[in-house]
Amino acid sequence: MGAEKFPELDPIFAKYRGKKGTLIPVLHEVQNRVGYLPEDIQKHVAQKLNVPLSKVTGVISFYSFFSTEPQGEHTLGVCLGTACYVKGAEALVEEVKDQLDISEGETSDDGKFTLTVTRCVGTCSLAPVVMIDNKYYGNLKPADIPEILAKYQDSGQEGK
Amino acid sequence: MDNREVLICSGTGCLSSGAEEIEEAFQQELVDRDLLEDIEVKKVVKKTGCVGPCSLGPIAIVKPEKTFYGKLEVQDVEKIVTEHLEQGNIVTDLLVEEDGHKVEEYTELNFIKGQKQIALKNIGEIDPASVEDYLKQEGYQAVEKALLDSTPEEVIKEIKDSGLRGRGGAGFPTGLKWEFTAQAESEQKYIVCNADEGDPGAFMDRSIIEGDPHKVIEAMTIAGYAIGADKGYVYVRAEYPLAIETLASALDIARDRGYLGENILESDFSFDIEIRVGAGAFVCGEETALLKSIEGKRGMPNPKPPYPAQKGLWGEPTVINNVETLACVPEIINQGSSWFNGIGTESSSGSKVFAVAGDVIGTGLIEVPMGITIKEVVFDVAGGIPDNKELKAVQIGGPSGGTIPSQYMDLEIDYESLNEAGAIMGSGGLVVMDEDTCMVDVARFFLDFTQEESCGKCPPCRIGTKRMLEILERITSGAGEEGDIDKLQELGERIIETSLCGLGQTAPNPVLSTIRFFRDEYEAHIYDETCPAGVCQELAPPYVIEDETCIGCTNCVDECLVEAISGEAGEVHEIDEDECIACGACAEVCPVDAIYQRSQGKGDA
Ligand SMILES: Cc1cc2nc3c(=O)[nH]c(=O)nc-3n(C[C@H](O)[C@H](O)[C@H](O)COP(=O)(O)O)c2cc1C
Ligand code: FES
Repeated sequence: MGAEKFPELDPIFAKYRGKKGTLIPVLHEVQNRVGYLPEDIQKHVAQKLNVPLSKVTGVISFYSFFSTEPQGEHTLGVCLGTACYVKGAEALVEEVKDQLDISEGETSDDGKFTLTVTRCVGTCSLAPVVMIDNKYYGNLKPADIPEILAKYQDSGQEGK
Repeated sequence: MDNREVLICSGTGCLSSGAEEIEEAFQQELVDRDLLEDIEVKKVVKKTGCVGPCSLGPIAIVKPEKTFYGKLEVQDVEKIVTEHLEQGNIVTDLLVEEDGHKVEEYTELNFIKGQKQIALKNIGEIDPASVEDYLKQEGYQAVEKALLDSTPEEVIKEIKDSGLRGRGGAGFPTGLKWEFTAQAESEQKYIVCNADEGDPGAFMDRSIIEGDPHKVIEAMTIAGYAIGADKGYVYVRAEYPLAIETLASALDIARDRGYLGENILESDFSFDIEIRVGAGAFVCGEETALLKSIEGKRGMPNPKPPYPAQKGLWGEPTVINNVETLACVPEIINQGSSWFNGIGTESSSGSKVFAVAGDVIGTGLIEVPMGITIKEVVFDVAGGIPDNKELKAVQIGGPSGGTIPSQYMDLEIDYESLNEAGAIMGSGGLVVMDEDTCMVDVARFFLDFTQEESCGKCPPCRIGTKRMLEILERITSGAGEEGDIDKLQELGERIIETSLCGLGQTAPNPVLSTIRFFRDEYEAHIYDETCPAGVCQELAPPYVIEDETCIGCTNCVDECLVEAISGEAGEVHEIDEDECIACGACAEVCPVDAIYQRSQGKGDA
């Protein structure tokens, strides 16, 4: 046996050792650490948890939260839940696509943003809502988008 | 300071309208004035869960008067500290005005007054991080009563007698569910709390966990005792990081205090709870799919029977209850089943939380007694429709629910009446729609959702919803055909009958209910090629420029994506109506509002 490939992930496996049904929690934590779940990581998880690789890939493809592609520095989620839809959120998606020149699921060329479309982020009273990482922007109009994006453009810091 | 407390609503709605800045301003102000030490500040300026009237955020409630200050700005804080906290006088200027007078106490707000809070009772009263606050509200007394003074059978009987029905969708009697599971023969049983909250328009479960986490823990412990389970899981969707964090720390505190773990309250009952985080699949809210997901598998539903009460998690008898259902349990144990049964209607006791959103003045969370009319909810509690528009319909029950038109506004809300009207109680998403909403587009929106979320296991749901969506897309893009409406109805009914799980069995509801009540709108799209609400772009009337107002700035000429606008700088511009795709981009950039959409049909502007 060669040297362990991803020693930084060992504490995660240790934490769940001996428990039942741990594949999904483990994948959550691994994705948190690594940022995404590329093939070599998937193999490693399969081996560590002693489950077939096909089960790992099957689970990853079923759940939209897991990603096999590297993500942008910030995740920009436009809510298309009912309340947001009724309040015109589709126009926000179009504006973001225009501004960043990307489609859903893609990452902007500068690696700053990955665009996702989410279904209700639970702040319907502020509809329509855009969520950037864990911060919410509510009551938006398309014209507000450039200003919000600009806050993240220079430093990579969450804008205030 | 006279024992005053300032509660800052820290629900997600208020956080995004600036609650954190308000909280910091209060803390800073108190420290700067040497009124309090740093440590004490946290005991005076507290966070609370979602108070409800999100559209009035940021919100501060000053206790003991329960004075409600809404739409706060940072510069208001100084005044509240000086006049109210220091001198004891309510700052009248900053109160919310309703029906021509200033409202002092928050319980007197229209939005709160019409409510009957059971599941939400503590939210807005307590700091979710403080178990002491919870204890002051009779917290953990129900579990004490259950474990120390009652047999499991007595607990089940109490819940049965209360008439409590599931708040997560189907409305199954909770006491019966517990009884079936209690009677199932097995060494190992489980209790699972469903906090997947998939309806895109509902957020009460999130608010309960974020605002009153110990309530859920207490309820699960009682359920565990009643059915004989020593282990519980809470399945929370990944989109709710704050709920997960809040619950995790409440679990730690409950273990420390002996409300979870071995021999709870020195009884011989032991119980513990683990959090499981979802991973973005709507179908995992369905109970059999949810159990698969906890087991670490793809979340595909199974046919029922067997029900989870017989064969659930890892094949063992399992109770699955929704967060709001559970949140009623400690109240029922404390106040008694007849108290609960006395609220609501014959078939549906207690109250129900609705997430009110859409075209309505007061958006947010409300908990109202069963039997209240839709009209009372929309107009008395939530303040009606903004901008003098007309109410067109309310959508209840999300992607499994239906759209109820304005002529049914006197309908009394309970499980049965909503079913009869083609909707369902569902989890309680209530989206208000005004006259500018296109019902065909709304139906398409929901079907697009369920189609995307169909797990693909059974063909009626996977293929049938796709066919329906194609027809709806055809109609909204102006290519609808004779017979499309009948096809939608036939397909819909077939999918309902033959789908494997509740997702498919309810997916056609939004379409069928809009056909039932708004058939003329479908027909207008198909036969007259118009969208009466002016929403469907391919059918929308073109934009026109008002000659006398146009200043010839060329903004619209530059903005138009399809180059439908002509005119040089300084000249009046003109839109080629045949080219115009009615996207509205020109109207948005016009500095003098000279561009408007030709209104539908009659040719009048
Ligand atoms: C497609 C689908 C999605 C569902 N999503 C949820 C959900 O997000 N939350 C929930 O509590 N119940 C949901 N349910 C209902 C559950 O299957 C189950 O009936 C419920 O959790 C039982 O709890 P209760 O009796 O306390 O309502 C869903 C059902 C279906 C068919
Ligand atoms: S629909 Fe967008 S936050 Fe709920």
